[in-house]
Amino acid sequence: MATSDKDMLVQFLLRMGDNSLILGHRVSEWCGHAPVLEEDIALANTALDLIGQTQFWLGYAAEVMDGDKTADDVAFLRDVWNFRNILLVELPNGDFGQTLMRQFLFDAYQSILLPRLSKSSDPRVAEIAEKASKECAYHVERSADTVVGLGDGTEESHARMQAALDRLWPYVGEMFASDDIDAAMAAAGIAPDPASLRSEYDALVGKVMAEATLTIPQSDFAHKGGRSGKTHTEHLGHLLTQMQWLQRAYPGASW
Amino acid sequence: MAATRLSGGVVVTDGQRPTEGGGEAPSRRGGRGLPGVPPGETLRPSTDTIWTWLDAVPDPEIPVISLTDLGIIRDVAYEGDTLIVTVTPTYSGCPATSIINLDIETALRGHGIEQLELRRQLSPAWTTDWMTQSGRDKLEAYGIAPPQPAGGPEKCPHCGSQAVEKMSQFGSTPCKAQWRCTACLEPFDYFKCI
Ligand SMILES: [Zn+2]
Repeated sequence: MATSDKDMLVQFLLRMGDNSLILGHRVSEWCGHAPVLEEDIALANTALDLIGQTQFWLGYAAEVMDGDKTADDVAFLRDVWNFRNILLVELPNGDFGQTLMRQFLFDAYQSILLPRLSKSSDPRVAEIAEKASKECAYHVERSADTVVGLGDGTEESHARMQAALDRLWPYVGEMFASDDIDAAMAAAGIAPDPASLRSEYDALVGKVMAEATLTIPQSDFAHKGGRSGKTHTEHLGHLLTQMQWLQRAYPGASW
Repeated sequence: MAATRLSGGVVVTDGQRPTEGGGEAPSRRGGRGLPGVPPGETLRPSTDTIWTWLDAVPDPEIPVISLTDLGIIRDVAYEGDTLIVTVTPTYSGCPATSIINLDIETALRGHGIEQLELRRQLSPAWTTDWMTQSGRDKLEAYGIAPPQPAGGPEKCPHCGSQAVEKMSQFGSTPCKAQWRCTACLEPFDYFKCI
């Protein structure tokens, strides 16, 4: 593999791994705080699946990089500007409704992307995606059900879910904003061009929002910069101070 | 629960990486030997024997079933003198995965296996279809409804009523969901079908 091809693959793997790592961390912040015990357990389990998937994506990224890095090094020893997650997943949780709305908007994307990746020309990408895809199918079933339940619920829950959708919708566009890394992945048959997933995504999200009696905002303005690493929100740095604290304070600590 | 450390304790190699060695030299070792095997005899237990030993290793989270009942041991084979045990995870983030690897290692070393390598295999992804019938029976007797293709439990594991309803898609471990019987009113775990 030529060096530039390798760099491109690493960037792609970081995008996959950082999305699940940062969202997994965010969702884990609910542990012990969710409105009811069943939801607390469900959120913790979702976070666990995401962190597990992170281990595979970043583990593979670490192998492709030169040197003897591990998934832990990649997760805990990079600074904000080296993260490649979309901005959506680093946003603070907000209320329970906003957390579940974000989860659905992300799960819907993954539920379309992962089955394609399971046919990747790269066998490692394919096997990770195959595993993650089964978990994602379970996640999207629950997040879609919850969005419908709360959207088409009480006046209060409906208003909160509409506010969550209005707040998060400007972060959806970034998932489909292709660049040269996506073009290289598509040309190598490793991953589909994300722009090609948009119509399927809009159909799925449109169907669920209609059922949830929620209105998708008209504007297609999109905040970007996370996938490319150009601009993260101020929130990511704060998240990392917590997530990386142990490795920063006690380098190399393990148990 | 926050991601403080991603990897577990036992060193596991990846199933897709090429392996070293692999010659078929006869397996003879002196020294400590296996229980009941005189020194100098062939010290390589058959893979059938290894499977029998693994049958006795309980799942750390649901100890009524074994790792082989669960269907996560995908292969047992020798590469040269090294015993290779291939294991697939149930869920990506299942915290029991590293304990399972440790338990396999402890059990096999306890039977005198010295050259051992655990290999992780992700594909084909684990499915509850690989659970044995005896595993399903043991789950039910323990009070956990076994996985069903229909996506929900067939009946209450306590009273056998088919009047059951879902409480939550998730449960006390990644592999379970919470259900409730509307006849005897008992809540119960359902082993998720994936
Ligand atoms: Zn009952």
